[in-house]
Amino acid sequence: MSLVNSSAGEVLDPILERYARNPRHLMQILRETQERLDFIPAWAVDYLAKALALARTQVQAVIDFYAFFHDSPHGKYRIRFSDNVTDRMQGNAALLSRMLSRFGLAQGQVSGDGLVSIDTTSCTGMCDQGPALLINNYPIPRLSSQRIDKICELIKGRIPLTEWPAEFFRVEDNIHRRDVLLSTPMVNGQALKRAVELGPQGMLAEMKASNFRGRGGAGFTTAVKWEACKNAPGETRYIVCNADEGEPGTFKDRVLLASFSERVFEGMTIAGYVIGASKGLVYLRAEYRYMLEKLQATLEARRKANLLGKDILGQKGFDFDIEIHMGAGAYVCGEETALIESLEGKPGRPRIRPPFPVTHGYLGRPTVVNNVETLAKATLIAQNGGAWYQGLGTKLSTGTKLLSISGDCDRPGIYEYPFGVRIAKILEDCGARNAMAVQVGGASGTCLAQHEFGRKIAFEDVSTSGALMVFGDNRDMFEISRNFMHFFQHESCGFCTPCRVGTTLMCNTLDKIASGKGTAYEMNELSRLHQLLSTASHCGLGQSASRSVYDTLQKFRPSYDRRLKQKDFEPAFDLDAALAPAREIAERDDTDAHLGADL
Amino acid sequence: MLSPQETPKRKLRVATTSLSGCFGCHMSLMDLDENLLALVDLVEFDRSPVTDIKHCGPCDIGIIEGGVCNSENVHVLREFRSNCRTLIALGACAVNGGLPTLRNGLDVREVLREVYFEMPGVVSSTIPNDVELPLLLDKVRPINEVVRVDYFIPGCPPSRDAIFKFLTDLIAGRTPRLDYPQMRFD
Amino acid sequence: MNTENTFIIDGTPIPFEPNQTVLQAALEAGVFIPHLCFYPGLKPNGNCKLCTVVINGRHTSACTTPARAGIEVENNTPALNDKRRLLLQMLFVEGNHFCPGCEKSGNCQLQALAYDLEMMTPHFGHFFQNRKVDASHPDAFLDMNRCIACGLCVQASCEVDKKNIFAISGRGMASRVVINTPSGKLGDSDFALSDKAAGVCPVGAILPKRRGYAVPIGQRLYDNSPISSQTEFLTTRKA
Repeated sequence: MSLVNSSAGEVLDPILERYARNPRHLMQILRETQERLDFIPAWAVDYLAKALALARTQVQAVIDFYAFFHDSPHGKYRIRFSDNVTDRMQGNAALLSRMLSRFGLAQGQVSGDGLVSIDTTSCTGMCDQGPALLINNYPIPRLSSQRIDKICELIKGRIPLTEWPAEFFRVEDNIHRRDVLLSTPMVNGQALKRAVELGPQGMLAEMKASNFRGRGGAGFTTAVKWEACKNAPGETRYIVCNADEGEPGTFKDRVLLASFSERVFEGMTIAGYVIGASKGLVYLRAEYRYMLEKLQATLEARRKANLLGKDILGQKGFDFDIEIHMGAGAYVCGEETALIESLEGKPGRPRIRPPFPVTHGYLGRPTVVNNVETLAKATLIAQNGGAWYQGLGTKLSTGTKLLSISGDCDRPGIYEYPFGVRIAKILEDCGARNAMAVQVGGASGTCLAQHEFGRKIAFEDVSTSGALMVFGDNRDMFEISRNFMHFFQHESCGFCTPCRVGTTLMCNTLDKIASGKGTAYEMNELSRLHQLLSTASHCGLGQSASRSVYDTLQKFRPSYDRRLKQKDFEPAFDLDAALAPAREIAERDDTDAHLGADL
Repeated sequence: MLSPQETPKRKLRVATTSLSGCFGCHMSLMDLDENLLALVDLVEFDRSPVTDIKHCGPCDIGIIEGGVCNSENVHVLREFRSNCRTLIALGACAVNGGLPTLRNGLDVREVLREVYFEMPGVVSSTIPNDVELPLLLDKVRPINEVVRVDYFIPGCPPSRDAIFKFLTDLIAGRTPRLDYPQMRFD
Repeated sequence: MNTENTFIIDGTPIPFEPNQTVLQAALEAGVFIPHLCFYPGLKPNGNCKLCTVVINGRHTSACTTPARAGIEVENNTPALNDKRRLLLQMLFVEGNHFCPGCEKSGNCQLQALAYDLEMMTPHFGHFFQNRKVDASHPDAFLDMNRCIACGLCVQASCEVDKKNIFAISGRGMASRVVINTPSGKLGDSDFALSDKAAGVCPVGAILPKRRGYAVPIGQRLYDNSPISSQTEFLTTRKA
């Protein structure tokens, strides 16, 4: 987009106006700026800082924090290969190098003509239809060599994305097992009507009776959270839908938003009604940008149907509306206080707790942050009552759970099970015939070995936010953990010492073992670092970052041991390679110009 | 056979060397003054600047001053590690690389080019390339990044009191420990 | 002692005032809890994690935990000091800390904690990151080699000086202090040595020019008495 003939104001003022020049919307303003200019140039940073009365550093800090913002040119076509372990199992590495060689580029490099850059990114939530990539933040799943070649052609021909084959961008739901949520027909407004008949207290009583626990992973009782927020002092309250589904291996919220968004929005409206909020915010992860327009249209239709807006369903004073806030590539924003920071237009660093969001959340006001699935299911409780819901699942984990299943199985996709289902049953249903391990709850979750496949999905047994990655008996559990550890290093926000430095030290240690330089010394280091990270980190990211390393050290120890040297120590770096620059400049290659191994 | 109450009377054999250091730590060792005599009752020296023995033989204790800057440092350090039961990093450079690591942010080729071609007053047309000369590593490293190290005495240099306390603890079979005023990074 | 306003650290009763944190109450009672990112008068930060303690079986930061009657705090235990030593080692290998050449040596809180917790070695492989030195200001310089990203300068400049000169930018290992001027240089800001932000740095990242090595070795703040015995100074100090 040429700016030769247009001033900063011509480009940026319309964007600023759309967001009422409110600094709270900084992330949306930056996103639109980048969508218009392909990156955010320094002059735009200055202009936006001034227009929003922010310090320049405040704008810069937001650009620097989020992986999907760029302050330097990254090409007209910006490609990011999803690099979850499932993408790797599906062969993304070969496809990445194929594309890099087609353009003669190194990873992360921008082509000389400014046309294209190719890099990797954290899991994009297409694990059941990978390997996948994002192009200018739009996903292309089911990659193959042919598809890569075609993409290269389209880029070289400078064909606008809007003219690319729609088939490329088709994302499947892949629902393989439906239970009460996915099979109950939805009549828009029906659940909301029922909630209004019950009144806020009545609806809250149904939620209490259902004993429903949040589906984001922590398993906090939803009614308790709603009630705490409802009773917190203050006039204005907010309900936030956490659709920052960044946990590697998780994609059930993507399917809910793609095909069941009415339920999600209706659940938010019910929650707003109960707690007395007039505004709801959806925090949608950047990787799901492709759904934005459709979700906006759904919201518009709901406004027209008087299911959002003023005096909803004719109830005087029942005002509620929903706004969608796009993320920009930061896993840590799945943590509710980091998410709130991000909603406020700031870097997503988790806040100090207490105070908790139910009393001091968005803009310091009482706020409920709920997972997508939690809100969708609130509609079922409204429709059918708490007592009915309480009868599903187990005593401590009522209802059903959506699982995103991927990895070594015949039928990856979405499965809805009543809580209490055993791992072995799930593996049978999805056609996992030679599973050696399952990673439940994503990279931050639990790694289960065969002898644990009798365990149940439930808060009281194996708790999960909804991911289940299957690893067959040909997989290398050390490499899987190393992939997860690199993910956490990339996503660490950098706020606290143990996570900022510790995730890097864990990666360095695992990389050393991977390169064949590990000894028993490194095994001891991994355990010590895990002890520190898991206890001293500021938020759940750091606390769970080394969990899979710890699990695999317990359960798949030989995958580490077989890489170790039977020595007491080996340097992490290659001593002979460390002499290479000096060899080059001194033009030497004699025996003494080399360092052999220490025998 | 010794009874459990007794400690061996044999003198411990100690080797010392300075890699990429300034010999300041060795000066501090010399600074032990009369305590040096007490120490000599307990130890005998193998390879060390004080004996001029060129190679390290089997020793009880190896003391390393200085960081690892070039290929010769690596050879010497490996020789010490394979011959010494206990290896001690003595002083800031051995412990964390010290001031020589200030060059770690620079490309070693640029450093050599600057020194041999561009420094004012330098008349030279080559970078020394005699096979006798050790080559520089791309980065200066503390010794524990190259071999396993058992003990560390920080300080630039460590005071004579710190060195004496540490060594007498070690020789007596106590886990060495510095008193607060002996603990210095500068 | 009134048990309603008392809690326990390692068996010792600690009195506290309303709205005090565990760290504030402990320091005022003369009980030391290691810390770097806390400074009296500024809002607790909670990022260095040196003040990690165990309360009712849970690890938490003493600087952000409100004091409550009756809680039992584990503080000076071998296990916690082991973790704190690891955290110090992490900070030492993350930055480039050349104590022998640093003007702050002897008065540096990071170094003092390393002495007190007997950190004999940084232990981990050094990162040897290239960090910047900004000497553009006439009276002060910034040496990012020493910065531990504690955020105290950011807070002091924003909350006390009302100048908003510093900010933390970047993510993860790339997190760093940046300056709020178009050039990114301190010299182009209205920073002054009389600012609160000029005096709160626990390490030697922000220092006055032409004032190095003013106190002889042996007479500096932490030369002879450990930081753990200087709680009175730590609670009353003013930048």
